[in-house]
Amino acid sequence: MTTNAPSSSSQVEKLATGIPGFDLIAVGGFPIHRTTLIAGTAGSGKSVFAAQFIAEGIKQWNHAGVFVTFEEPPADIRRNMASLGWDIPAWEKQGKWIFVDASPHYEDDMVITGNYDLGAFLARLQHAISKVQAERVAIDSLGAIFTQFQEARVIRLELLRIATIMKQMQVTTVMTTEREQEYGNIARFGVEEFVADNVVILRNSLDEQIRHRTIEILKFRGTYHHKGEYPFTVVPEEGLVVVPLSAIKLNQQSTDVRVSSGNPKLDEMCAGGIFRDSIILVSGATGTGKTLMVTEFIAGGVNTGERCLLLAFEESREQLYRNAKGWGVDYQQMEESGQLKIISAYPENATLEDHLATIKTQIERFKPDRLALDSISALERITSAKGFRKFVIGIASFVKGHQLAALFTATTPDLIGGKSVTDAHISTLTDSIVLLRYVEAEGQIRRAITVLKMRGSMHEKLIREYIIDGHGMHIGEPFGYHANLLTGGSVSTYHNNPGCVNWQPEISNT
Amino acid sequence: MSKFLLKLYISGKTPRSENAIRNLRQICEENINEQYEIAIIDILEHPQSAEDERILATPTLIKSLPPPLRRLIGDLSETEKVLVGLDIRPVPATIKE
Repeated sequence: MTTNAPSSSSQVEKLATGIPGFDLIAVGGFPIHRTTLIAGTAGSGKSVFAAQFIAEGIKQWNHAGVFVTFEEPPADIRRNMASLGWDIPAWEKQGKWIFVDASPHYEDDMVITGNYDLGAFLARLQHAISKVQAERVAIDSLGAIFTQFQEARVIRLELLRIATIMKQMQVTTVMTTEREQEYGNIARFGVEEFVADNVVILRNSLDEQIRHRTIEILKFRGTYHHKGEYPFTVVPEEGLVVVPLSAIKLNQQSTDVRVSSGNPKLDEMCAGGIFRDSIILVSGATGTGKTLMVTEFIAGGVNTGERCLLLAFEESREQLYRNAKGWGVDYQQMEESGQLKIISAYPENATLEDHLATIKTQIERFKPDRLALDSISALERITSAKGFRKFVIGIASFVKGHQLAALFTATTPDLIGGKSVTDAHISTLTDSIVLLRYVEAEGQIRRAITVLKMRGSMHEKLIREYIIDGHGMHIGEPFGYHANLLTGGSVSTYHNNPGCVNWQPEISNT
Repeated sequence: MSKFLLKLYISGKTPRSENAIRNLRQICEENINEQYEIAIIDILEHPQSAEDERILATPTLIKSLPPPLRRLIGDLSETEKVLVGLDIRPVPATIKE
């Protein structure tokens, strides 16, 4: 990634922020030498975004930056950001990070005695920019200026003046501002958005007891960006990580490339195979054949010359070897040839953060083309819902970034039926979902498979029966006239099917 | 008898700065019986001094002496507020909080 590189698709030059995933949805980064407004409710991650904009500039490009704080004193910011692995005091010593402390001092009350402007603030900001030869400026937050100074008209003019001077000084600026609700007015004071050419919104909404953090670029004047809300998370030692799900697809040519799932019939159901850089979630109760699907997925990759990484959290290497052999797949020989690497670990042996770090390292070292994780549910039990969501987002964004074909399995607690595919936070991060279910039909327990979703592609909507034998999974014909198969309340709908009805009600015999 | 030490921070020689200087001089002459000293600091020439005092708005008047320290923002055109702000006149009952 290069900084200041003109985007091929537009006239406006972009400055890469360095925030993982964000530059993808921003098609290169922020418009250079402009001001971008970051609006969000309390706790939405605005300050982290602002600080990370400066921190990544220092870390990745040695850009010096000015951090203006209207809210928290610098000492608090130094301490808070240390948990994200940013050593601000060290950067201050190197002259790479400089604070402009505009935090309120409550010890003395201010008396307004006539007309004023923010000339002193501007002079301090300009002084700080020249002092470190800054290329980036973060101002956190505008809302706090409005609480310090009541005259909104004055402040609005001053903000415009700041934005103009920042442009003249050729620095790229982010300003954060508060919102009162997740949807509605962009900013609390109703004037901030007119100051900036570019507006980004951070959201932190509670949806069915699950926190969803999303980021959306509302406008970039005169240049392109991806639309819509993208999930993000704040990862310890790393900061904000945006998961650019569909944005990656739009950027990569390779998304049209389909590869085999390892099961020809499943490929057919997926309109010709799975995408090269997509995540498939296979959801099913115990014994429905999830591990078998993993085995076929791995074998499919190895057979076409791909490198495969299998992360097993439920079974030992020996058990995996044995299972695979039962379906005619020789894992041992694949590992010896170097095309397959199996990592088997007990979930409880490490924290989820450690597992994530290990997985990342392994992917970087082994450079696989496909990755299977069996099962993601096994990892869920060792952490909180929040921790698990962070893990899922972390691994999903990493897998996306490396353009791997990935298959995750999830175990559903109910043998038959089951309302949820899996927790909503996994399903929104995966591109395709395959359901394996036990169903009750004609007095028997049978197995059913269906492709619930496949992002960016047509797929078959039928529910098909499958059987498992010594050669693997055999997907057969669709189940006939049954309603509610997957919810466990199967009802034969034979009599209601118009194609099969000969009987006509007599209604016209007057 | 305590001496007044007043520091007026301005940003450049603008009409607003000139107003503030004129207003301050007039208020001092007419209302302060004690000795007083006025320092005028242009933060465009001395940005570090604004940084040290953590000044945001201009004009800002800081009363360093006598204690307590006071900060007054604006061009000092509202004389009554200035006098109260400098503790020369007691806070009127009507605007007491």
